[in-house]
Amino acid sequence: MKFGIVVSAGPYTYEASDSAFNFIKAAIAKGHEVSRVFFYHDGVNVATRLSIPPQDDRQIQQQWTDLAKEHDLDLVVCIAAAQRRGMLDKNEADRQGKDADNIAEGFRISGLGQLIEMSIQADRTITFGD
Amino acid sequence: MSEDIKKFLYVNRKAPYGTIFAQEALEVVLIGAAFDQDVSLAFLDDGVFQLTKGQDTKEVGLKNFSPTFNALGDYEVTKFYVEQESLDERGLTLDDLQDVQYEDEDDDYNEKPSIIVVSRSQMADVMADQDVVLSF
Repeated sequence: MKFGIVVSAGPYTYEASDSAFNFIKAAIAKGHEVSRVFFYHDGVNVATRLSIPPQDDRQIQQQWTDLAKEHDLDLVVCIAAAQRRGMLDKNEADRQGKDADNIAEGFRISGLGQLIEMSIQADRTITFGD
Repeated sequence: MSEDIKKFLYVNRKAPYGTIFAQEALEVVLIGAAFDQDVSLAFLDDGVFQLTKGQDTKEVGLKNFSPTFNALGDYEVTKFYVEQESLDERGLTLDDLQDVQYEDEDDDYNEKPSIIVVSRSQMADVMADQDVVLSF
């Protein structure tokens, strides 16, 4: 089965991104496909490369970056949700005249159309959120 | 399911201004309208407050996005399922909601109400009938 995944709650405050991460690992292990993960609402904050969790805690952003690399996952951060929460990639930072960018490796910024397209193409769309 | 047309249901469960969910749900609906899918909206729990008329957000400094609902008909978003029990539990009636309308192009562009009040069990049927349910 082909899954589309939505992560719509922020990291650490909510377990949603952990649950999504665990679901995806389990689904892939069972031979399913995950066509895209779409980060929306506070879920966009998963993608910051500037978070520094305590060493004995899980490293949420790094886990996603590693998972994306291992399975060639498409991790998409909603641009509208990201911009109002201070999440920028290099291109957007340059375009908006900001002096920093913070999107981690393995994530890309794109529009809400990617969420709709994912939902059309997937057999199931599953939301992990509040 | 015919070709690439899917039935999308956007479920609105939260009051309009206490959190960003209602506003960001509306942003998805507006973008999604460009994809020519079969779109419905559902309003339940505190989500029914999103449709109340006479919203005035000036004093709280937030943008009043409630007029947007009445424009959704132009994007062929014409089915607003509102749960009766959620209205009842909050002391609301249909008269407290905006009179959201759309122009029916199959009926000489007559204006028709978009809001369809359904019971909780009918709402379950509406949800079961969808291909994609996005909940906010």
